[in-house]
Amino acid sequence: MSDEQQKKKFFYLNRKAPYGTIYALESLEVVLIGAAFEQDVSLAFVDDGVFQLMDNQDAAGTGMKGFSKIYRALGDYEVRKLYVEKESLETRGLSVEDLMPITYEDEDEDYAEKPSIILVDKSELAKIIADQDVVMSF
Amino acid sequence: MFEFGSPREGLVHSTSEVALRFSIQINEGPYTHQASDTAYQFTKAALEKGHEIFRVFFYHDGVNNGTRYTVPPQDDRNLQKLWTELAEKHKLDLVVCIAAAQRRGILDANEAKRQGKDGDNIAPGFRISGLGQLIEAGIQADRLIVFGD
Repeated sequence: MSDEQQKKKFFYLNRKAPYGTIYALESLEVVLIGAAFEQDVSLAFVDDGVFQLMDNQDAAGTGMKGFSKIYRALGDYEVRKLYVEKESLETRGLSVEDLMPITYEDEDEDYAEKPSIILVDKSELAKIIADQDVVMSF
Repeated sequence: MFEFGSPREGLVHSTSEVALRFSIQINEGPYTHQASDTAYQFTKAALEKGHEIFRVFFYHDGVNNGTRYTVPPQDDRNLQKLWTELAEKHKLDLVVCIAAAQRRGILDANEAKRQGKDGDNIAPGFRISGLGQLIEAGIQADRLIVFGD
Protein backbone atom coordinates (compact mmCIF):
# COMPACT_ATOMS: atom_id res chain seq x y z
CA MET A 1 0.00 0.00 0.00
CA SER A 2 1.29 3.49 -0.81
CA ASP A 3 1.56 6.22 1.80
CA GLU A 4 -1.32 8.08 0.18
CA GLN A 5 -3.66 5.12 0.65
CA GLN A 6 -2.63 4.88 4.27
CA LYS A 7 -3.59 8.48 5.03
CA LYS A 8 -6.72 8.50 7.14
CA LYS A 9 -8.93 11.15 8.67
CA PHE A 10 -8.19 11.15 12.40
CA PHE A 11 -10.68 12.95 14.61
CA TYR A 12 -10.24 13.69 18.30
CA LEU A 13 -13.44 14.51 20.19
CA ASN A 14 -12.76 16.43 23.39
CA ARG A 15 -15.66 16.45 25.85
CA LYS A 16 -14.16 17.23 29.26
CA ALA A 17 -12.91 20.33 31.08
CA PRO A 18 -9.11 20.75 31.08
CA TYR A 19 -8.12 20.15 34.72
CA GLY A 20 -10.89 18.21 36.49
CA THR A 21 -9.74 14.97 34.88
CA ILE A 22 -6.69 13.92 32.88
CA TYR A 23 -8.60 13.27 29.63
CA ALA A 24 -7.77 16.63 28.02
CA LEU A 25 -4.04 16.39 28.69
CA GLU A 26 -3.75 12.75 27.61
CA SER A 27 -5.84 13.50 24.52
CA LEU A 28 -3.31 16.19 23.58
CA GLU A 29 -0.51 13.67 24.05
CA VAL A 30 -2.15 11.40 21.47
CA VAL A 31 -2.62 14.32 19.07
CA LEU A 32 1.05 15.32 19.35
CA ILE A 33 2.34 11.76 18.85
CA GLY A 34 -0.18 11.22 16.05
CA ALA A 35 1.07 14.31 14.25
CA ALA A 36 4.26 12.42 13.39
CA PHE A 37 2.21 9.91 11.37
CA GLU A 38 1.11 12.55 8.85
CA GLN A 39 -2.57 11.77 8.89
CA ASP A 40 -5.41 14.21 8.18
CA VAL A 41 -6.12 15.42 11.72
CA SER A 42 -8.97 17.42 13.19
CA LEU A 43 -10.09 18.10 16.74
CA ALA A 44 -13.50 18.98 18.07
CA PHE A 45 -14.51 20.51 21.38
CA VAL A 46 -17.98 19.84 22.77
CA ASP A 47 -19.72 19.91 26.16
CA ASP A 48 -17.25 20.98 28.90
CA GLY A 49 -14.49 20.31 26.34
CA VAL A 50 -14.92 23.89 25.11
CA PHE A 51 -13.31 25.04 28.39
CA GLN A 52 -10.03 23.52 27.15
CA LEU A 53 -9.71 26.45 24.74
CA MET A 54 -10.54 29.28 27.20
CA ASP A 55 -8.24 32.26 26.95
CA ASN A 56 -6.13 33.37 29.94
CA GLN A 57 -6.04 30.06 31.76
CA ASP A 58 -3.94 29.94 34.91
CA ALA A 59 -3.44 26.52 36.47
CA ALA A 60 -0.91 27.77 39.04
CA GLY A 61 -3.19 27.34 42.06
CA THR A 62 -4.12 23.77 41.21
CA GLY A 63 -0.70 22.19 41.62
CA MET A 64 -1.08 20.84 38.10
CA LYS A 65 1.04 21.72 35.12
CA GLY A 66 -0.71 24.20 32.84
CA PHE A 67 -0.87 22.96 29.26
CA SER A 68 -3.18 25.43 27.50
CA LYS A 69 -0.26 26.88 25.50
CA ILE A 70 0.06 23.57 23.64
CA TYR A 71 -3.21 24.23 21.80
CA ARG A 72 -1.71 27.40 20.33
CA ALA A 73 1.27 25.41 19.03
CA LEU A 74 -0.86 22.79 17.24
CA GLY A 75 -0.52 24.69 13.95
CA ASP A 76 3.20 23.85 13.97
CA TYR A 77 2.20 20.16 14.04
CA GLU A 78 -0.01 20.53 10.96
CA VAL A 79 -3.10 20.35 13.18
CA ARG A 80 -5.22 23.14 11.76
CA LYS A 81 -8.85 22.20 12.17
CA LEU A 82 -10.25 22.79 15.65
CA TYR A 83 -14.02 22.53 15.52
CA VAL A 84 -15.92 24.12 18.40
CA GLU A 85 -19.57 23.30 18.86
CA LYS A 86 -21.69 26.46 18.98
CA GLU A 87 -24.38 25.03 21.27
CA SER A 88 -21.81 23.92 23.85
CA LEU A 89 -20.41 27.47 24.01
CA GLU A 90 -23.86 29.05 24.27
CA THR A 91 -25.04 26.69 27.02
CA ARG A 92 -22.06 27.80 29.07
CA GLY A 93 -22.56 31.52 28.41
CA LEU A 94 -19.44 31.64 26.26
CA SER A 95 -18.69 32.98 22.82
CA VAL A 96 -15.76 32.42 20.48
CA GLU A 97 -14.22 35.68 21.80
CA ASP A 98 -13.68 33.94 25.15
CA LEU A 99 -11.40 31.38 23.49
CA MET A 100 -7.67 31.66 22.82
CA PRO A 101 -6.74 32.97 19.40
CA ILE A 102 -5.29 29.89 17.69
CA THR A 103 -3.79 30.24 14.24
CA TYR A 104 -1.69 28.36 11.70
CA GLU A 105 0.59 29.54 8.94
CA ASP A 106 -0.69 28.73 5.44
CA GLU A 107 2.37 27.89 3.36
CA ASP A 108 0.28 28.12 0.17
CA GLU A 109 -0.49 31.77 0.86
CA ASP A 110 2.91 33.15 1.82
CA TYR A 111 2.57 31.84 5.39
CA ALA A 112 -0.41 34.02 6.15
CA GLU A 113 -1.77 33.44 9.64
CA LYS A 114 -5.21 31.87 9.55
CA PRO A 115 -7.58 30.95 12.37
CA SER A 116 -7.65 27.25 13.33
CA ILE A 117 -10.89 27.49 15.31
CA ILE A 118 -13.97 26.71 13.25
CA LEU A 119 -17.35 27.34 14.86
CA VAL A 120 -19.92 24.70 13.87
CA ASP A 121 -23.38 23.77 15.08
CA LYS A 122 -24.44 20.31 16.25
CA SER A 123 -25.75 19.14 12.87
CA GLU A 124 -22.65 20.37 10.99
CA LEU A 125 -20.43 18.59 13.51
CA ALA A 126 -22.43 15.38 13.09
CA LYS A 127 -21.71 15.48 9.34
CA ILE A 128 -18.02 16.14 9.96
CA ILE A 129 -17.82 13.16 12.34
CA ALA A 130 -19.64 10.90 9.86
CA ASP A 131 -16.95 11.73 7.30
CA GLN A 132 -14.03 10.58 9.54
CA ASP A 133 -12.12 7.29 9.40
CA VAL A 134 -10.89 7.15 13.01
CA VAL A 135 -12.76 8.87 15.84
CA MET A 136 -11.23 8.94 19.30
CA SER A 137 -13.36 10.27 22.11
CA PHE A 138 -11.86 11.77 25.25
CA MET B 1 -12.55 -18.04 4.61
CA PHE B 2 -13.62 -14.44 4.91
CA GLU B 3 -12.40 -11.69 2.65
CA PHE B 4 -11.26 -8.63 4.53
CA GLY B 5 -13.50 -5.72 3.66
CA SER B 6 -12.77 -2.08 3.03
CA PRO B 7 -13.72 0.33 5.83
CA ARG B 8 -17.06 1.27 4.25
CA GLU B 9 -18.09 -2.16 3.01
CA GLY B 10 -18.90 -3.48 6.46
CA LEU B 11 -21.47 -0.77 6.99
CA VAL B 12 -23.15 -1.10 3.62
CA HIS B 13 -23.33 -4.88 3.62
CA SER B 14 -24.07 -5.31 7.30
CA THR B 15 -25.88 -8.60 6.78
CA SER B 16 -23.21 -10.21 4.60
CA GLU B 17 -20.27 -12.01 6.14
CA VAL B 18 -17.49 -9.52 5.63
CA ALA B 19 -14.69 -9.95 8.13
CA LEU B 20 -13.29 -6.71 9.46
CA ARG B 21 -10.08 -5.85 11.21
CA PHE B 22 -10.83 -4.11 14.50
CA SER B 23 -8.68 -2.18 16.91
CA ILE B 24 -9.92 -1.64 20.44
CA GLN B 25 -9.14 1.28 22.73
CA ILE B 26 -9.98 1.03 26.44
CA ASN B 27 -9.93 4.27 28.40
CA GLU B 28 -11.12 3.20 31.84
CA GLY B 29 -9.82 0.95 34.59
CA PRO B 30 -11.50 -2.26 35.69
CA TYR B 31 -14.48 -2.41 38.08
CA THR B 32 -15.09 1.36 38.50
CA HIS B 33 -16.27 1.49 34.91
CA GLN B 34 -17.85 -1.07 32.64
CA ALA B 35 -15.62 -0.08 29.69
CA SER B 36 -13.18 -2.97 30.03
CA ASP B 37 -16.00 -5.53 30.52
CA THR B 38 -17.84 -4.32 27.43
CA ALA B 39 -14.64 -4.18 25.40
CA TYR B 40 -13.85 -7.75 26.48
CA GLN B 41 -17.32 -8.99 25.46
CA PHE B 42 -17.06 -7.13 22.15
CA THR B 43 -13.58 -8.48 21.42
CA LYS B 44 -14.61 -12.04 22.26
CA ALA B 45 -17.78 -11.81 20.15
CA ALA B 46 -15.91 -10.29 17.20
CA LEU B 47 -13.31 -13.09 17.29
CA GLU B 48 -16.05 -15.73 17.48
CA LYS B 49 -17.66 -14.17 14.38
CA GLY B 50 -14.38 -14.53 12.50
CA HIS B 51 -13.25 -10.91 12.66
CA GLU B 52 -9.67 -9.93 13.33
CA ILE B 53 -8.52 -7.90 16.34
CA PHE B 54 -5.42 -6.01 15.25
CA ARG B 55 -4.65 -4.61 18.69
CA VAL B 56 -6.19 -3.76 22.06
CA PHE B 57 -4.76 -0.51 23.40
CA PHE B 58 -5.13 0.49 27.06
CA TYR B 59 -5.07 4.23 27.75
CA HIS B 60 -5.84 6.64 30.62
CA ASP B 61 -6.90 4.56 33.69
CA GLY B 62 -7.39 1.69 31.24
CA VAL B 63 -3.74 0.80 31.91
CA ASN B 64 -4.89 -0.54 35.30
CA ASN B 65 -6.41 -3.51 33.49
CA GLY B 66 -2.84 -4.69 32.96
CA THR B 67 -1.65 -5.27 36.53
CA ARG B 68 -1.36 -8.88 37.68
CA TYR B 69 -1.75 -7.79 41.32
CA THR B 70 -5.51 -7.35 41.00
CA VAL B 71 -7.31 -9.66 43.44
CA PRO B 72 -11.09 -9.32 43.08
CA PRO B 73 -13.44 -11.38 45.32
CA GLN B 74 -13.60 -15.02 44.24
CA ASP B 75 -17.23 -14.84 43.14
CA ASP B 76 -16.50 -11.88 40.85
CA ARG B 77 -14.94 -11.86 37.39
CA ASN B 78 -11.19 -11.30 37.17
CA LEU B 79 -10.87 -8.96 34.22
CA GLN B 80 -7.09 -9.11 34.00
CA LYS B 81 -7.21 -12.91 33.84
CA LEU B 82 -9.99 -12.83 31.25
CA TRP B 83 -7.88 -10.56 29.03
CA THR B 84 -4.76 -12.67 29.58
CA GLU B 85 -6.62 -15.87 28.68
CA LEU B 86 -8.25 -14.31 25.61
CA ALA B 87 -4.84 -13.01 24.50
CA GLU B 88 -3.29 -16.46 24.89
CA LYS B 89 -6.10 -18.16 22.99
CA HIS B 90 -6.17 -15.73 20.07
CA LYS B 91 -2.62 -14.34 20.17
CA LEU B 92 -3.99 -10.85 20.86
CA ASP B 93 -1.71 -7.85 21.05
CA LEU B 94 -2.57 -6.15 24.37
CA VAL B 95 -0.68 -2.87 24.61
CA VAL B 96 -0.52 -0.64 27.66
CA CYS B 97 0.43 3.00 26.97
CA ILE B 98 3.81 3.70 28.54
CA ALA B 99 3.18 7.36 29.42
CA ALA B 100 -0.19 6.58 31.02
CA ALA B 101 1.29 3.49 32.74
CA GLN B 102 4.19 5.37 34.29
CA ARG B 103 1.82 7.93 35.85
CA ARG B 104 -0.22 5.10 37.37
CA GLY B 105 2.48 2.68 38.50
CA ILE B 106 2.15 -0.03 35.87
CA LEU B 107 5.63 -1.38 35.14
CA ASP B 108 7.22 -4.28 33.30
CA ALA B 109 10.59 -5.68 34.35
CA ASN B 110 12.56 -3.43 31.98
CA GLU B 111 10.77 -0.27 33.07
CA ALA B 112 11.10 -1.18 36.75
CA LYS B 113 14.84 -1.55 36.28
CA ARG B 114 15.12 1.65 34.26
CA GLN B 115 13.12 3.66 36.82
CA GLY B 116 14.91 2.12 39.81
CA LYS B 117 11.75 0.48 41.20
CA ASP B 118 11.84 -2.70 43.29
CA GLY B 119 9.28 -4.68 41.34
CA ASP B 120 7.03 -4.88 38.32
CA ASN B 121 3.36 -5.72 37.98
CA ILE B 122 2.52 -6.16 34.28
CA ALA B 123 0.22 -9.12 33.69
CA PRO B 124 1.02 -11.96 31.28
CA GLY B 125 -0.11 -11.25 27.73
CA PHE B 126 0.22 -7.48 28.14
CA ARG B 127 3.10 -5.37 26.88
CA ILE B 128 4.05 -1.75 27.48
CA SER B 129 4.65 0.48 24.49
CA GLY B 130 4.15 4.00 23.14
CA LEU B 131 1.20 6.00 21.84
CA GLY B 132 2.40 5.44 18.29
CA GLN B 133 0.92 1.95 18.67
CA LEU B 134 -2.54 3.52 19.12
CA ILE B 135 -2.16 5.66 15.99
CA GLU B 136 -0.93 2.63 14.05
CA ALA B 137 -3.92 0.66 15.36
CA GLY B 138 -6.19 3.37 13.93
CA ILE B 139 -4.38 3.33 10.58
CA GLN B 140 -4.26 -0.45 10.18
CA ALA B 141 -7.79 -1.32 11.32
CA ASP B 142 -11.04 -1.02 9.41
CA ARG B 143 -12.62 0.20 12.65
CA LEU B 144 -11.18 1.59 15.87
CA ILE B 145 -13.70 1.13 18.68
CA VAL B 146 -13.27 3.26 21.80
CA PHE B 147 -14.61 2.03 25.14
CA GLY B 148 -14.66 4.65 27.86
CA ASP B 149 -16.58 7.05 30.03
